[in-house]
Amino acid sequence: MVTADAVWRTLEEIPDPEIPVISLVDLGVVKRVDVSDEGVRVEFTPTFMGCPALDAMTRAIRERVEALGAPCEVLVVNDDSWSTDRISAVGREKLRAAGFAPPPLRSEGTPSLVQLERGPFRCPWCGSTETRLENIFGPTACRSIRYCTSCSQPFEQFKTI
Amino acid sequence: MSARADLLLELADDELILGWRDSEWTGIAPFLEEDVAFSSIAQNEIGHARALYELAAAELGTTADELAFDRAPDEYRCAPLVELRRLEWARTIARHWLYETADAIRLEALKGCDDIELAGLAAKIDREELYHRMHAEMWVDRLLGSDEGRAKLDEALVELWPYALGVLDDDLRPELVRRVEDRLGRTMPAAEPVRRGDHVAELRELLEEMTSVRRSAPGAEW
Repeated sequence: MVTADAVWRTLEEIPDPEIPVISLVDLGVVKRVDVSDEGVRVEFTPTFMGCPALDAMTRAIRERVEALGAPCEVLVVNDDSWSTDRISAVGREKLRAAGFAPPPLRSEGTPSLVQLERGPFRCPWCGSTETRLENIFGPTACRSIRYCTSCSQPFEQFKTI
Repeated sequence: MSARADLLLELADDELILGWRDSEWTGIAPFLEEDVAFSSIAQNEIGHARALYELAAAELGTTADELAFDRAPDEYRCAPLVELRRLEWARTIARHWLYETADAIRLEALKGCDDIELAGLAAKIDREELYHRMHAEMWVDRLLGSDEGRAKLDEALVELWPYALGVLDDDLRPELVRRVEDRLGRTMPAAEPVRRGDHVAELRELLEEMTSVRRSAPGAEW
């Protein structure tokens, strides 16, 4: 019989379809795994609700878990349980190393325009906080665009939600 | 239909139709940053609509797609504010800001409601709407910063005001008036709200376009 541990280990290997350096488990979007005689049930929370990768993630979870030999139901839960604070420390470091500035923690303050325009956001390339907001929005819903005036590079900044 | 399903459809229709209108800027916004911003906002709004339709669909025994695409124009419950065709820039910003201001009031109320499913969804939606509000506020600041911008924004706000009043019900509407007047430091003209249930003619054209692919292949799985 498939164990919950085996399911979690499998989920740890599924990359985010848009940012493949990070897994769905690192991203904190897998809410719960239940294993019973009938099969496996995975509860999953989307990051941003209009994320076009949502269906791909749901499908990937089902296919990979079913490859372990049990039927899998994926339940998309649209509650308030996910925030960017759920991205693991390992996940944050993987993002930074790939050139995506990880999202500031919510404990550092509720996101606001003043914070985005004046706050100390760190360039993932050179580490400087001499950066400025270029656009609240970016190539995907979860990211903003900033520019580092120290190393003259634009970079993608994860939004805190 | 239950009051709950009715409310879910109001919220979902607002987000879907506004998302569609916002997406009309994709590729042709005045500059690239706003092209990205309005496209991203459109994507979020349509994502919110999808989740809201799914809640309604579970109650009504149908699917989100059928609710979004297969109803007759008269069955849509969106506020006429969101139906207006892509407008010139000052009006686009005026609508964006008026809608986000009204939507924030509505979401605050929903986040505190007894319906756990709806309250949770409202809270999730609100995390994203926060960024839409920042964007709208940034633009209001920018337009208020010059005489020309202020005049254009003012004209657009007055023109759209009766529509904005139609987004919220009688209980929440006074809060919208208060927030708008506080932010602008002016009194808004007394106006009769353009209410939900009435539709502007442009909605029919929008629906015609939005549903054309789905109607071209009935029953297809996408």
